[in-house]
Amino acid sequence: MTGNDATGKAGAAGAAAKPRRRRARAAGRASAGRVVALHAGVIALLFALQFVLPAYHHGVLARIMVLAVFAMGYNLLFGYAGLLSLGHAMFFSAGLYGAGLSVYHLGWSVPAGFAAGVLAGLVLSALIGVLALRTTGVAFMIVTMMFAQVFYLTTLYFNVWTGGDQGIVLPQPSRVVTAFGSTFDLTDPTTRYLAALALFSLVLVATLALVRSPHGRVLVAIRENEQRTTMLGYDTFANKLAAVVASGAACAAAGAAYALLFGYVGSTFASVQYSILPLLWVLLGGAATTLGPLLGTLFMYYLIDISNDLLSAWVPDWNFSSIGVVGVALILLILFFPRGLLGTIRERWLPWLP
Amino acid sequence: MAFGPHLLLAALEGLVTSAVLALMALGLSLVFGVMRVVNVAHGEFYMLGAVVAWWVSSLVSGHPALGFLAALVISPLVVGAVALAAERLVLRRLNYNPEATIVATIGLLYILQQLALTFYGPDARPVAAPFSYRVVFPWFGYSGYKLAVIGASVVLLLVTWFVLMRTRLGLVMRATQYDRETAQAFAIPVDRVYAGVFALGAMLAAIAAVLIVPISQAHYLMGLDPLLLSFIVVIIGGLGSLRGTLVAAVLIGLSDGIISAFFQPTLAKMIATLLVALVLVFRPTGLFGTAAR
Repeated sequence: MTGNDATGKAGAAGAAAKPRRRRARAAGRASAGRVVALHAGVIALLFALQFVLPAYHHGVLARIMVLAVFAMGYNLLFGYAGLLSLGHAMFFSAGLYGAGLSVYHLGWSVPAGFAAGVLAGLVLSALIGVLALRTTGVAFMIVTMMFAQVFYLTTLYFNVWTGGDQGIVLPQPSRVVTAFGSTFDLTDPTTRYLAALALFSLVLVATLALVRSPHGRVLVAIRENEQRTTMLGYDTFANKLAAVVASGAACAAAGAAYALLFGYVGSTFASVQYSILPLLWVLLGGAATTLGPLLGTLFMYYLIDISNDLLSAWVPDWNFSSIGVVGVALILLILFFPRGLLGTIRERWLPWLP
Repeated sequence: MAFGPHLLLAALEGLVTSAVLALMALGLSLVFGVMRVVNVAHGEFYMLGAVVAWWVSSLVSGHPALGFLAALVISPLVVGAVALAAERLVLRRLNYNPEATIVATIGLLYILQQLALTFYGPDARPVAAPFSYRVVFPWFGYSGYKLAVIGASVVLLLVTWFVLMRTRLGLVMRATQYDRETAQAFAIPVDRVYAGVFALGAMLAAIAAVLIVPISQAHYLMGLDPLLLSFIVVIIGGLGSLRGTLVAAVLIGLSDGIISAFFQPTLAKMIATLLVALVLVFRPTGLFGTAAR
């Protein structure tokens, strides 16, 4: 905006340019302050909520925070870089299996298992990124979906180790961390909540830093016009690959945390449905907003939860499950609310939202 | 059974798959070619076709052929109407944006699937074949109906080809596919062509479903595997290329039949899906496709 003004009245504004630039810089600082305050506030609110929430919602919120990390990872690629993947279930479940299998079969400790999960996600996303980024648009969606399908079938094929559809349950003793001279039991609700909050905060801050960095700006430029970005001298392939890897690593971290915190590993998490869900959460919350994924996950989780109760109360003999609600939500969202909750708020009222 | 006859049996089974797959993939390919959108709900139109076929044939008493023929007429009409409604109410409002359409058709997929589960139930139900003649080979007997499916599919494909290449309707569709804006400038009602093509694509899937229902039963989750297979076919054949789609359908159907006769199905699916993904990565336009315009 300021740039356009400046070029339009270049001659006349010579004298006024300096104060205006200074004002713009001051406004930038003020908005940076607001942004930091907002994100710190959200983290503080989540920390405070654990003391007031009843047990059921306390557990649900821990789960939502982990799933929101998954959504934030997805948002990096879909929202900022504009690459719509239909295969992110494979990155989530790479983390899930990387952590779950190494803890269950190899007897690794929790931190080592978590690292194994994230590493699995890093390697897989780098490999898939190099291959899938050769395509664009619709072909990219289908290729990622197919790679995810191969991953899903692999988890079924090796069911001797993965347990296939049934999955495996991580026993309680394997989910205890000993660090700094004390033990943390991840099956304990409070510890679990704090661990989920720690991961969520870490990924939220990392996302915020990333999207405000030059790399984040280049990703948005690629989304808006890839050819122009190439022409400006940026290596768009390298930037997109970095985005895929960052996104894959975040999703794998969510998967690894899910396995360790909730103790269950199964191939359902690798199915197509878990590639669709993060897309839905991000769309609902607002693509290319840092807090949108959390909001979307929160809303969708409770929407499904409540509609399940209502459906079974009103029409008990129907089999219409939450998946149908997801379908209706997807269509309504894309028709009437394509920018999502935070996207609309940013457009109407708060243009400084990151 | 010796290897040769076993291979023949596998090839015949593969040809039946090819026949059904070709019809279904043709529908997907038409929609992609003309409208430039990917219809993820295509498999659910197939499922809906099978479920409606079961419903119609269960209403008709008398010889099973009567019920089957009634289903063959009514089921595509019902499915076409559903597709038309979806196109008018959702896709048109999205202005056929490729990514928004994928999201919306995923939603449609879930809705149709869950509605089928609600009103049709979780059971797999059969439709009686219109006739039960057995063709006797020297080594084994084979269902005459399956051979008839192959024949019917060939006839339907020829009809579709004739409509596309030799009629005014087909000309209008091809013109829209070639260049939407110029077609519009030449007073072709592009909007109505889109609606028609989307309904036609769904009807082809429904016909494929009616043909297959006497062989494999109607079930509310039956849409997913054929959807993935027809994606594979359309991609291998080249997105939007009808000739490529047909060749790929025969290729994939045959190899599916032969591979699953000799290997474990999960492993076969894994390898096939991986190969196709790699084809798309290294030859994004498919084997017969031309670069997207």
